[in-house]
Amino acid sequence: MDRRRTSRSDSTTGVRRAARRIACALAVCCALLAAAARADTAEYTLANGMRVIVKPDRRAPVAVMLLWYRVGSIDESSGATGLAHVVEHMMFKGTPSVPNGEYARIVSATGARFNAFTSQDYTAYYQALHKSKLPLALELEADRMTNLLLAPEEFSKEIKVVMEERRWRSDDQPRALVYEQLMATALRTHPYRNPIIGWMSDLENMGIEDVRDFYRRWYAPNNALLVVVGDVAPQEVFELAQRQFGGIEPRVLPPRKPQEEPPQLGIVRLNVKAPAELPYVLMGYRVPVLRDPEHDREPYALEMLAGVLDGHDAARLPSTLVRGERVATGADASYDSVSRGPGMFYLSATPTPGRTAVEVERALRRELGKIAEEGVTEDELKRVKAQVIAAQVFQRDSMFFQARQIGGLEIAGISHRTIDLQLRRLQEVTAREIQEVARKYFTDDGLTVGYLDPQPLTAKRPSAPPAGVRHAR
Amino acid sequence: MRGDRFVVFAAAALSLAVALPARAILPIQHWQTAGGTRVYFVENRDLPMLDVSVEFPAGASLDPRDKSGLASMTQGMLKRGADGISEEEIARRLADAGARLSGRFDSDRAGLALRTLSSRAERDAALEVLARVLQRPDFPQAVLEREKVRLTGALKEADTRPESIASVRFYRMVYGDHPYALRLSGEVETIAGLTREDLVEFHRRHYTARAAVIAMVGDVSRKDAEAIAERLVGRLPPGAADEAALPQVRQPVRGETAVIAHPATQSHILIGGPGIKRDDPDYFPLFVGNYVLGGGGLVSRISVEVREKRGLAYSAYSYFTPLKYPGPFVIGMQTKRDQAGEALKVVRDTLREFIAEGPTAKELEDAKASIVGGFPLRIDSNRKIHEHLALIGFYRLSLTYLEEFMKNVERVTIADVRSAFARRIDPDRLATVIVGADEGEIKAAAQ
Repeated sequence: MDRRRTSRSDSTTGVRRAARRIACALAVCCALLAAAARADTAEYTLANGMRVIVKPDRRAPVAVMLLWYRVGSIDESSGATGLAHVVEHMMFKGTPSVPNGEYARIVSATGARFNAFTSQDYTAYYQALHKSKLPLALELEADRMTNLLLAPEEFSKEIKVVMEERRWRSDDQPRALVYEQLMATALRTHPYRNPIIGWMSDLENMGIEDVRDFYRRWYAPNNALLVVVGDVAPQEVFELAQRQFGGIEPRVLPPRKPQEEPPQLGIVRLNVKAPAELPYVLMGYRVPVLRDPEHDREPYALEMLAGVLDGHDAARLPSTLVRGERVATGADASYDSVSRGPGMFYLSATPTPGRTAVEVERALRRELGKIAEEGVTEDELKRVKAQVIAAQVFQRDSMFFQARQIGGLEIAGISHRTIDLQLRRLQEVTAREIQEVARKYFTDDGLTVGYLDPQPLTAKRPSAPPAGVRHAR
Repeated sequence: MRGDRFVVFAAAALSLAVALPARAILPIQHWQTAGGTRVYFVENRDLPMLDVSVEFPAGASLDPRDKSGLASMTQGMLKRGADGISEEEIARRLADAGARLSGRFDSDRAGLALRTLSSRAERDAALEVLARVLQRPDFPQAVLEREKVRLTGALKEADTRPESIASVRFYRMVYGDHPYALRLSGEVETIAGLTREDLVEFHRRHYTARAAVIAMVGDVSRKDAEAIAERLVGRLPPGAADEAALPQVRQPVRGETAVIAHPATQSHILIGGPGIKRDDPDYFPLFVGNYVLGGGGLVSRISVEVREKRGLAYSAYSYFTPLKYPGPFVIGMQTKRDQAGEALKVVRDTLREFIAEGPTAKELEDAKASIVGGFPLRIDSNRKIHEHLALIGFYRLSLTYLEEFMKNVERVTIADVRSAFARRIDPDRLATVIVGADEGEIKAAAQ
């Protein structure tokens, strides 16, 4: 599951979906299941640099539209965290021709589902709708790409909504806090160390002009990617896109600096005290991500390794830690090879009542050690590859998944046309390669370990720092 | 020709907004197995995969009060060993086939769902596992003990979470003595007392051929589908023809408010009462009306008043959960604890005004347009079609339920909505739960 995404819950089913997302944010599915789809897409680039990718899927008279902007929390700076996500919220707050509230009203009345999400790497706007409504969807997107009002009175209300979102999503979620603190600890310089939703202090001190600057800087056709999957003809979508977005001037985008994270020089540990019953352990190892789908080997091996550990119910962690040894009530491994920034391989577990965080950490590390020393069996590898093959078929049942996969890759700088190549590469991974990446990366020096230290509900919360400590804006 | 059937369905859905086609939108095939199990099938050859579920009226509402959690544990233990095959072997066989086994469990329903490739070898291996776990679960003692420990941990954890604390108390207040009041998974104390014999007996009584419902979508022929159905339930005991009836749900006599202390930064608020049955005569006025009230996302009144106008919450909503007996009507939100009283007042005023005046003509028109216009999205994947089949099957809805659904939505008038809400939702008799509010807010809420 994607740990790196936050989202409004705008659509009709948003509330329950959001609740589920929270539930899975810690569950962590096998990331390799995120590979799939056929490369029968058509692609077009407008003169202003905006890219359009269309994938026909004619099973129902429906289209899924995702408009991606290549801007996320990775593009924020210290003291201004949360801006990408706040802009996403403000995108629903009106333009001169579509006043505040009207976007939601117009789109809802077409029967479309809509939503938007902000990740570390991107901000994406989503509509699923009857295919006949696609022109309207694109018209509205083109309008808010350049004409956003960003009225101060709307901002002052919406920033409160975002703070509520932060309380709900992070401050009152002990495990989300562990993740937030782990990232802020594991990384010293890279912006991934900051939460997507932003630090509360930054939200409190954000002004409308910060939002306006950010919007002006990044919302441009040459920083956008339109992906449409559904019962549509590519040529017609290209023409629609040309009509709606073709007249928008490109902008000079700010330079993107690599912000390389310096090497980690030893194990890092942290504790998070929060109201809870059971402890919880989250471990992150620094690992590479996919940059060159043709020649890279390690990211594929890491994907398969995550699968061997936790890709299915018979995988090592559920089988050994949860059912066999019973040291944990749940244990997960996750790795996402697609990312603009540095990669992290996560392991997490909840101790069985009566067992300790130290014991589950030891058990998790022992499992990694076993793979580093003894490797994996051919049976295990075959089983994970069977998951990849099946997932590739199952995922075609969801138009949203297909659109998200295409866009997610492109945003990370990887052509969606390499999807089949990636699937082949996954099938080529050998037991030896898995053992090698385990040996190379699962060392103490690249490890950060976070413990949730459960506190009784009656305990006092840590008091907020005095206001004077906050930075003036 | 492969795919023809599905193309028909797609084309039909397209014309829906204009005129309902004579032909079914979803070409559902329906029959009974030799043992009396109802089967609902949509053949769809677009993707080489199959979704199949088997469900029983064996949900949490059948739990005896002192054995709350029995139904859930029985369902959860099905795949933990069957016909002499261990849980590890079951997990390996499913993984080797690339198949996914998932469960459904709620107050009414319990069952398993399988998603598999339709290629012969994978499909057969996966279905073989499903057939075994449904019909010959072993409920191994040692595994049961382990699962009890796991569940106990999860429940104790849940009891620290404000949303979970609110929900548990809410159901107790709304349903009192009715089984819908019980937590689906049971309580720490009742789980401790569950025995292997309890599970064996529950399975024998409630996982029966005549009670089972099979829903199937995907890349198999009718003939194969028939054979699959027989294989999945052919060895179940026949069971009684009628399901056990539950007591009627009683409307609370007066509104009650519970305030529960919690250190969270936000107050979690739930308001509601018993709502509607699956076959409720007021289903459509309440469903469409609720879209306007709090079901329509950002455009709903509750969301506009609480979030858009005042910035009091990230999510504020209302919904009905239709069940066999009246399921709950729920209004929910989370807000910074020092503004819980204000948010509560806003949402109560919004509800009262809506009940008194109903939706405006424009609101009702938009709600209908949204529901009807969004119809194709309800059945645009095998997964969603499968969900509908399982629902239609379990609650014995008409095979043309989806077509009728849209007509019924279109028919709803402002007067219908007002009348239904006035009769069914009395703001003075709703339960209110507030977890994690400050002193002053507690007083405000009590007023």
